[in-house]
Amino acid sequence: MAEELKAPTSAKCVVIGAGIVGNSIVYHLARLGWSDIVQVDKGPLPNPGGSTGHASNFIFPTDHSKEITQLTLESVRQYREMGVFTECGGIEVARTEERMQELHRRMQSAKSFEIEDTAMLTPAEVKEKVPYIDEEVILGGFWTPSVGVVDSLRAGTIMRERAQEMGALSSLPNTEVLDIEVTDGKVSAVVTDRGTIETDCVVVACGCWSPRIAAMAGAAIPLTPAVHQMKDIGPVPFFADTKGDIEWPIIRDMDTFMYERQHGTGLEIGSYAHRAILYEADEIPSNEQAALSPTEMPFTQEDFDLQDEHAMELMPDIVGDENIGEKYACNGLLSLTPDGAPILGETPEVKGLWSAAAVWIKEGPGVGKAMAEWIVEGEPEIDLHGADIARFYEHQKTREHVVARTSEGFIKTYGIIHPGEQWTANRNVRLSPYYEQQKALGAVFYEAAGWERAFWYEVNAPLVEKFGDAVMPRTAEWDSRWWSPIINAEHLQMRETAGMIDLTPFAIFDITGPSALDVVQRTAMRQMDVAIGKVIYTPVLSPRGGFKSDLTIMRLGKNHFRVVTGGAHGMADRKWFADQLPADGTAQLQDLTSSMTTLGVWGPNARAIVQSLTTADMSHEGHPFGTCRVIEMGSLRVLASRISYVGDLGWELYLPMEQGAKLWDMVWEAGQQHGLIAVGVGVYGTTGRMEKGYRAYGAELDTEYTVVEAGMAPKKVKEADFIGKEAYLKHREEDPVALMCTLSVTDHTSSSGEKRYMLGMEPILTLDGAPITDKSGRRSFVTSAGSAPSLGKHLLMAYLPPEHAVEGKELLVEYLGERYPVVVDRVGATPLFDPNNERIVS
Amino acid sequence: MEICVCIKRYPSLGSAIVLTEDGMAIDTDKLGFTLSPHEECAVEAAVQLKEEHGGTVTLVTLGPEGVEEQIREQFAIGADRAIWVRSETTDVDPQAAAAALGDAIEADGTAFDLILLGSESADNANAQTGVRLAHRLGRPVATAVKGMTIADGTATVERAVGTMREVYTVPLPAVVTVKDGLNIPRYPSVPGRIKARKKPIEEVAGNLADPRIELIGLTVPVRESKGAQDLGAGDEAADALVDVMKQIGVLS
Amino acid sequence: MIIVYVDHDRGEIDPLSFQVVSAARTLDDDVQAVVVGPNAEKCADELGNFGVRTVHHGTHDRIADYTPLASARAVLDVMDRLTPRAVFAAGTPRGSEVLAHIAAIRDLPLVTECSAIELTGPDTAEVTRARWGGNLLERSKVSAQVLLATIQAHAFAATEDPGAAQIEAFDVPVTDADLVVGIVDRTGAQASGVGLAEAKVVVSGGRGMDGPEAFAMLEELADILGGAVGCSRVVTSAGWRPHAEQVGQTGTKVAPELYLAFGISGATQHIAGCKSAKTLIAVNTDAQAPIMTHADYAVVDNLHTLLPALIEKARAAKGA
Repeated sequence: MAEELKAPTSAKCVVIGAGIVGNSIVYHLARLGWSDIVQVDKGPLPNPGGSTGHASNFIFPTDHSKEITQLTLESVRQYREMGVFTECGGIEVARTEERMQELHRRMQSAKSFEIEDTAMLTPAEVKEKVPYIDEEVILGGFWTPSVGVVDSLRAGTIMRERAQEMGALSSLPNTEVLDIEVTDGKVSAVVTDRGTIETDCVVVACGCWSPRIAAMAGAAIPLTPAVHQMKDIGPVPFFADTKGDIEWPIIRDMDTFMYERQHGTGLEIGSYAHRAILYEADEIPSNEQAALSPTEMPFTQEDFDLQDEHAMELMPDIVGDENIGEKYACNGLLSLTPDGAPILGETPEVKGLWSAAAVWIKEGPGVGKAMAEWIVEGEPEIDLHGADIARFYEHQKTREHVVARTSEGFIKTYGIIHPGEQWTANRNVRLSPYYEQQKALGAVFYEAAGWERAFWYEVNAPLVEKFGDAVMPRTAEWDSRWWSPIINAEHLQMRETAGMIDLTPFAIFDITGPSALDVVQRTAMRQMDVAIGKVIYTPVLSPRGGFKSDLTIMRLGKNHFRVVTGGAHGMADRKWFADQLPADGTAQLQDLTSSMTTLGVWGPNARAIVQSLTTADMSHEGHPFGTCRVIEMGSLRVLASRISYVGDLGWELYLPMEQGAKLWDMVWEAGQQHGLIAVGVGVYGTTGRMEKGYRAYGAELDTEYTVVEAGMAPKKVKEADFIGKEAYLKHREEDPVALMCTLSVTDHTSSSGEKRYMLGMEPILTLDGAPITDKSGRRSFVTSAGSAPSLGKHLLMAYLPPEHAVEGKELLVEYLGERYPVVVDRVGATPLFDPNNERIVS
Repeated sequence: MEICVCIKRYPSLGSAIVLTEDGMAIDTDKLGFTLSPHEECAVEAAVQLKEEHGGTVTLVTLGPEGVEEQIREQFAIGADRAIWVRSETTDVDPQAAAAALGDAIEADGTAFDLILLGSESADNANAQTGVRLAHRLGRPVATAVKGMTIADGTATVERAVGTMREVYTVPLPAVVTVKDGLNIPRYPSVPGRIKARKKPIEEVAGNLADPRIELIGLTVPVRESKGAQDLGAGDEAADALVDVMKQIGVLS
Repeated sequence: MIIVYVDHDRGEIDPLSFQVVSAARTLDDDVQAVVVGPNAEKCADELGNFGVRTVHHGTHDRIADYTPLASARAVLDVMDRLTPRAVFAAGTPRGSEVLAHIAAIRDLPLVTECSAIELTGPDTAEVTRARWGGNLLERSKVSAQVLLATIQAHAFAATEDPGAAQIEAFDVPVTDADLVVGIVDRTGAQASGVGLAEAKVVVSGGRGMDGPEAFAMLEELADILGGAVGCSRVVTSAGWRPHAEQVGQTGTKVAPELYLAFGISGATQHIAGCKSAKTLIAVNTDAQAPIMTHADYAVVDNLHTLLPALIEKARAAKGA
């Protein structure tokens, strides 16, 4: 051996992995000024044998997720800058009508997320660009000229070398990580076969090996190695004169879950159509044992039999040629996660241990940049809440959950995923105490953070008839998939009488101790030093003044605060609060999510119902809006909190989980004479809040938008310091470049005469069909869409630049290939329904 | 022309071999399987002969569940049918293997003009199954050939000795064992794959005699790094290399 | 007593047979040789040099050149007369097939590629033999009154023990069937180049050559060093070089004074063919390539820039 490599004894940061992600991270850390970075990989350089080494390396920029699209666009920018990007164009072709609609939807997302010059092609136009395709088998294509191929190994080398040239990095190839040491919940050292490196920052960027490495520190990275099959055939006579790696557009045969790309004189055929073939990290061979590389597993032809036929159908002249042989085939390993998103950020289990896993080539450098910003500056520029490792609940980290969801999700790689689509695998994990009662009422359950939540109740079906056209029935299958007019009927009934809503999925945690006030003051934008019994709805800001979350905090005692937040984002919020706890132990966080249940009761008759169950004074004066207190309801002691996310009078009732069923029955019974119905989350999450202009975290609110833009800035700023305050003050001084608006659709009629209802993420266009971009370069698109039954409108929320954020302004929305007129009904947060909040505050 | 090719499946190895815990076999849990280059050349030769003379190519293999994968692979190349002699392992004593293959070929009844095998197995290198099979079937045999032409009922074969080739003639029907380099085996095509799915595999029970060579254990020789001396790079390395060559006496 | 079947071509002994004789002599002082065919008597002197005192020379007027089955019949004839404990041969194509014929005719076990043999009883032996080209060692027990074995190349050194060997001529009992397969011709007569298997220097290229063009430089270097050009399996699979140049488990196994590996990563199958080299020099851009663990000297550099300089300097050194 040339020279025995020795690991340094300490480092500012140890990055484990030298694939595209690890290399991007070391470069961006160095770029942001860090030095003394050590990179470790068990394999050799430049190709250590992970998924980067066998990746197909092509990039289609459009994704229905804003976050993923932004990471991809940023990555492409970096690949271009490094000179390793070859643009060749790409076409996603459709064989079915449903897929054609999906391609129109991709066109929509391309416009929403600023992917230029995309176009829908006829079969003949596809054939013109790709002469070896049989245009008879397709109905059309979605053309993206900016599709390209990258040299990801070269890019990795360039970034690694740049970091080395800055004197910031030493790389240790062929170095096995044996252990990660943790002291007092913080990472303290990485033990390798070349020595121990002391450090308080470790980034796990080991692709499909990440779970094994993170487990050494006691953290979970819930992903699974999974097979993606590909084969290379050639030489293809048609490609004999091609120069370079790629000249012809890449074809994605979406309906067969396959792609075909010219690669030199060969054709690479890849598939996501086969059964999910999953491995465990420990089942991957070592570099030495593997015949090719560890992540190029033996090809299993029987899983590709059907794909051979599909490829031959689409490209008969090439794939059907008996003289063209299969030169290479492998079951390439990649990383799959239970929800399909990457796993990024600091692990909630161990401080200083970061995950950068389940990342595709198309996102690699973008993730590298974002991770470095997150580590060095505390916050990435691109909002990454969908990929945040802190999002997982305990049950979602189990192998069984990962296997169940990735097995179901694999086929979705090229699938048509409806925005409301529900998982079917590993359901019924978290059941609320009302589950049996809800089932008896014909609840249709959707899943939220593992909870089974009633989305609507079939028992309420007669209300649809009662309200008639006011439920705004939908005839188009896509618009009404995962939807029911019962939702709108429940909404109207609640506004007339009262509804009870299961809110068990709330994440609830208490902050207690002498420093509790400091912690919540520092975390929340709004004043927390309030009277005991106050309930405060507050934004939680990121350091740059974007939305880290929005939630409510109840002050239950001098040193006792209860934080209540949405289930989906609950674990990330818990980590955010936990991160703010003082090191001296003078404040603690106690997670009550699985101890407490919440039942909401709202509507004009809510007071009569609740009052009939308690001797406590529930009058407006007796229990004012924005306050909470413990009341007795029969034999139950219940924390009643008077707030509303649906726009009607009522309470959230908190009590121990095991007593919930009793409360449900009591409220149900007492409510019968007041016209009470069970109301599903379809109302709570969409129709109720949309009418009231309430923003939702993850839709309208993320770190990329400010409080001012969201129209949620109160008149005064509290004196106490809080995270993001400096930025927030600055935002208050500036003229906002975009404003949150509520729009309504003025004509729903499509060219075929059918009424169509947008579902969200559609681009907002000017009357001449041009996309709208604000001065910060952000496109205007629909952040939430939904019925407003009490207004008889279909509402859309969107950020618009000031010149368009004018009430009465007429614009267009593009939906599945057609444009519909919309009008700006509201700029800012004033509700369209009950603008003076008389229903709530009375 | 009726041609039979005896094939054997092997694990595809990397640069290190991992054994099972009892040290009696290679741990193939994480490995794929393939044929040896010798056998790939044998199948290619058979398919070429079929293309030239017509007839069918029959594969015969001995092994457990999983060998269908290699059979289908060779079907995709152009073999027509297969006889699968079931055994618990491919690691069969060569005497027993030759007898079982002979039984299967006889039982099949096809009058094979030519039976091809690899000259030796990639794993155990017993280098005798072909000769034993020839005696079992009463056929002449030529071994380790790297060149073969068939004309007028005779196989003219070549064997490499140093830089020369010695030529033998073998009257058909015969057994010939071949070496890698006989030809360049083709890759399977996609249409070949599709056809392969419909070709018949006939399964027969193997009746294997007790082994006369009894395995005590396997070991992977310890590969000690020689601790290569680093000669640097560029001109410095070129000078150092010349010095080394002088020192060991290959350059003077 | 142990019999060694000696592989020779028209009187030229394959040097591996001397290693076989030496291997046999570690087990038994009395090692006798069988040589078959015309011109074979001249083998006796050389065999005597390695401690063989009796050479059985089988002839027949119908054996004009090497005839596998006739050679087997000759050994069987001697076996029947002298009842040896073992019969050994080199693992050459000829040695292997002659012993395979004997094994098949007598239904005896045959162990090949042996690197160690222990005779543990009157009809038992324990052997160590090479699997996977020597990357895996098998230890086995063989039950047979006559142990048939071929010896792995270079597992035993050829040890000289000069003395005279007595020739015992005998007629080989052959039938027509034994003579059906035999050498009828030779082609590709020795060219001026050096044979790969015998070359003292092998200059070998792998995937890192990036194509057939750079092999011109290897030819040039081999020419200066009086060596032969070799290559790895990827190179022949890609059609860059003829198969005859492939070094490895399924190609040629070499044992030169110097093996120069340019751009060869060192897969198991390649190492099996070159690990007997006395000195191995590896040139590779990857300091961690598996070949480095087998190398005596390493150059971590781009072969495309190194080779021109090396050729120039080697040529100058030769001229000096």
